[in-house]
Amino acid sequence: MIPASFDYTRPSSVAEAVSAIGEAGEDAKVLAGGQSLIPVLRLRLSAPTTLIDIARIPELQGVTDDGDAILIGAMTTHHEVMRNALVCEHAPLIAQATATVADPQVRHRGTFGGALVHADPAGDLGAVALAMNCEFVAQGPAGERRIRAADFFVDYLTTALSADELLTAIRVPKTPAGWSTHYEKFNRVAQAWAIVGVAAMVRRENGSIAEARIGLTNMGTTPLRAAAAEQALAGVDVSAGAIAAASSHAAEGTHAPSDLSGQADYREHLARVLTRRAVLTAVGV
Amino acid sequence: MTAVADAPAQEIGRSRTRKEDQHLITGRTTWTDNIQIAGMLHLAILRSPMAHARIVSIDTTEAAARPGVIAVLTGADVADIQGTVPCAWPVTPDMVNPGHPSLAVTQVNHVGEAVAVVAARSKAEAQDALEAIDVDYEQLDPVLDMEAAVADGATLVHPNTTSNKSFTWAFESGAAGTGAPIEAALADAEVTVHRRFIQQRLIPAFMEPRSTVVEPIGDGVTIHSATQIPHIMRLMMALTLGIPEHKVRVIAPDVGGGFGGKIPVTPEEIITTMVARKLGRPCKFTESRSESIMSAHHGRDQIQDITITAKRDGTVTGLDVHLYADMGAYLRLVTPGVPVLGAFMFNAIYKFPAYRFVCDGVFTTKTPTDAYRGAGRPEATFAIERIMDELAVELGMDPMELRRKNWIKHEEFPFTTVCGLTYDSGNYEAATDKALALIGWDDLRAEQAKRRADNDPVQLGLGISTFTEMCGLAPSRVLGSLSYGAGGWEHAAIRMLPSGKVEVITGASAHGQGHETAFSQIVADRLGVAFEDIEIMHGDTAISHKGLDTYGSRSLAVGGMAIVRAADKVIEKARKIAAHLLEANEDDLEFSGGQFGVKGAPGSTIGIGDIALATFAAHNLPDGVEPSLDSDATYDPENFSFPHGTHLCAVDVDTETGMVTIRKYVCVDDVGTPINPLIVEGQVHGGLAQGIAQALFEEAIYDDNGNLTTGTFIDYTLPSAADLPSFVTDRTETPATSNPLGVKGVGEAGTIASTPAVVNAVIDALRPLGVKDVRMPCTPERVWRAIQEAQA
Repeated sequence: MIPASFDYTRPSSVAEAVSAIGEAGEDAKVLAGGQSLIPVLRLRLSAPTTLIDIARIPELQGVTDDGDAILIGAMTTHHEVMRNALVCEHAPLIAQATATVADPQVRHRGTFGGALVHADPAGDLGAVALAMNCEFVAQGPAGERRIRAADFFVDYLTTALSADELLTAIRVPKTPAGWSTHYEKFNRVAQAWAIVGVAAMVRRENGSIAEARIGLTNMGTTPLRAAAAEQALAGVDVSAGAIAAASSHAAEGTHAPSDLSGQADYREHLARVLTRRAVLTAVGV
Repeated sequence: MTAVADAPAQEIGRSRTRKEDQHLITGRTTWTDNIQIAGMLHLAILRSPMAHARIVSIDTTEAAARPGVIAVLTGADVADIQGTVPCAWPVTPDMVNPGHPSLAVTQVNHVGEAVAVVAARSKAEAQDALEAIDVDYEQLDPVLDMEAAVADGATLVHPNTTSNKSFTWAFESGAAGTGAPIEAALADAEVTVHRRFIQQRLIPAFMEPRSTVVEPIGDGVTIHSATQIPHIMRLMMALTLGIPEHKVRVIAPDVGGGFGGKIPVTPEEIITTMVARKLGRPCKFTESRSESIMSAHHGRDQIQDITITAKRDGTVTGLDVHLYADMGAYLRLVTPGVPVLGAFMFNAIYKFPAYRFVCDGVFTTKTPTDAYRGAGRPEATFAIERIMDELAVELGMDPMELRRKNWIKHEEFPFTTVCGLTYDSGNYEAATDKALALIGWDDLRAEQAKRRADNDPVQLGLGISTFTEMCGLAPSRVLGSLSYGAGGWEHAAIRMLPSGKVEVITGASAHGQGHETAFSQIVADRLGVAFEDIEIMHGDTAISHKGLDTYGSRSLAVGGMAIVRAADKVIEKARKIAAHLLEANEDDLEFSGGQFGVKGAPGSTIGIGDIALATFAAHNLPDGVEPSLDSDATYDPENFSFPHGTHLCAVDVDTETGMVTIRKYVCVDDVGTPINPLIVEGQVHGGLAQGIAQALFEEAIYDDNGNLTTGTFIDYTLPSAADLPSFVTDRTETPATSNPLGVKGVGEAGTIASTPAVVNAVIDALRPLGVKDVRMPCTPERVWRAIQEAQA
């Protein structure tokens, strides 16, 4: 279908974009890669008065080294992210999870920041951002602020970003030596959303798991951390049995949806199985 | 005269890339939506958000005042002229057809039904105006479950009926005289196995959305439409709208896929034609994908109750089939005929002495169903191939052994089945032996045993489908005996041009199959002209004045044969002229490689192109011979053709998650003589994808209110190449004896055969865990739950 008519503006800098957002008011939408917004517009599920296209703002593109972190520009496409040398070296979990996003066409148009700010709990990158303790860099009329991943995802399709703010970059702490990671995604066909996904970061010390961070995809209205499983994993031997036992806590505290892709109890079961598999793969067992 | 060329190489059997692909794949062609006509208006259709409701009122005032809007029409505005969307297959004399308005007048009966149409100067303006139409509905209870729909006191879908049952169609071999009575087989059975299988609803999902451009010209009309059936549509549109048939021209330009989904005359085609005639302006309607999913017809949707009886030694003795077939809300062109076509295929390749088939066609408040790739035959093949596996388990027999014991042996052809069809040829043993060797069956069985013994969380399953199908639709007298409204012949014409080039006109209008290439290969061999010198013309009733179009794997076996007959008539006439020009006796001429020569007189030859030029000049023709080298032929097949094959599937089933992964898929198909093996292979691959999709991925789902919840490709799970294995395909070639080309048809084989092969493999993997069935599609969640329930 053809979207309802809208005004269109294409700022060329972050400053221009922020003022355009302010001027356009609350019925405006920021157009990033368009992989979620354009279908919504074409189905006429949403009819914003203004689209602010941020495709041609150089400051939003690319990945830079920022000392103990890397900065991924919000408009860096999935395709660029998964092939970027800094990402592959310092945040292999992001490279691996990004490679599972949708299909090649979507990955060439869709953006890292766009996917995260859309905040679909079925999206793969939210769980990864949580597990990696990323920070979201937002620019508003009052200047820049950073939002911790743990505070960023507020509700279904809702973030802590204010209506007058633009997400400019994601600050990703470099994965330190001693940590290993894996993203385990479960979906029915290659280009489909995850039914459940698990992002695992594990630190080994002397044959046991010293610390684990587990992000869950599609187990609630936002991406979640599997806190009970993280606690249970801390200190266990690196063995299949011990990891399986700890992973059995993965669904605790989640609020899995029931929909066409799976009922809640099935998702809870998957969360346990996939957490076990993600951790086992991360630690190489 | 031109020089005598070397005889071209044999074309039949040659794997050529398709001559039509470049323009089809690049889209630089006449897809209907590409057609632009000066002054053309664009239509948008308002569709019902309700499954079942009375229309209390429709207010179009505001929409009509919107910018660019030329007209807004509702069902009430066209109630007197719109007729009823045609159904050509009244399967029983008492079949109830409540009528199918193109635009709903008093009531809507499925989500997506057309309620109003806007004609505007642009497509965007037409769509914007839809939002200003105000419809007041009075909601009725939806009718969703077929068994509940035919129970006493059920809500009626249609107020002008007394029951939601449209028809009951029955066949019984004892009564028909084609076999023994079923009641005796049931009573005397040593072993009886009953199963209920569910054929889920599927969405054809052709690549090109439906599109129609209608040009009113004088008192006539030209309809361009993305349809499989330009000829049938011409007649049906004339009858439906009362336009004299000779004033209707239908053009099916390049059509981007159909799979049966473009077989009916659609409400949208009738609406576009009505609006164009009413306004006197060309009009275009192109559906969105969302509209296509909810309003183009769906396929399958049957409840199958199957009972098989056998002796303890494995000899089958009877097959008793009852179907509920969901018609959806209305009957489209061949809606009731789809399950009836399947009736002849449940017995498949097996020698059943007794057979009964009873089908109840049921109305529900869902999108109408109609033909979808295989149309009745995939449903039948699934049921028989699944229950053969169940019977094998019951008997403690190897499933392939059970099949071998009961199938028609190659020396028994021609064989008349328990439903009275005569299978002309086949060799099930050869195809099966080849397939077993290709997949490495014995090694896989050994691995399976090991994994079972080890309690491996990933279990291996092996599935079999030894199938046949009836293709080459169809002998006209058989269609007549089944009450179909038309025949099953096909027409072809050949026009030899003065320069020796050849125009071939066929009534079989392609929508992606590769007709232009395959037909050119046939003509090249028959007439001895170069492949490149042949143009295949189709899909325009002003060029191809008669034909019965493309469906049911008929184009080669019927349309190809019409072309052969037309070519033979050209040769027959050319022979007279050649004899005259060579000053020889007709009987002394032989025709080979495009050249007529005199037997025993080498060097005295004339090419068919030169004869074409001679007829154009007409300076020196025999007395009484007309100056042309053209021909017409209409071919009515004497029998169906019966492709067959053996499909084997190995799946890994992750018992922890329920995920099914196809590890290896091998099929050996026998489609008779292949004209173009590359096209055969392509058809098999595409068919496999769709059949596997039914087994594992696709399902149209309605919620309790009758809303189609799988309304986009996010929720309706189409697999892509990434989700399918690399297929191993091979062939045996047992030529059909029912036509001189020896061809059988291949358009539907992959779809028909593959679904049970995959599901049988899934069940085979899970049988040690106590699982006996999983409903299709075998999603990970369904598989996981089946395991949980079996273990509980």
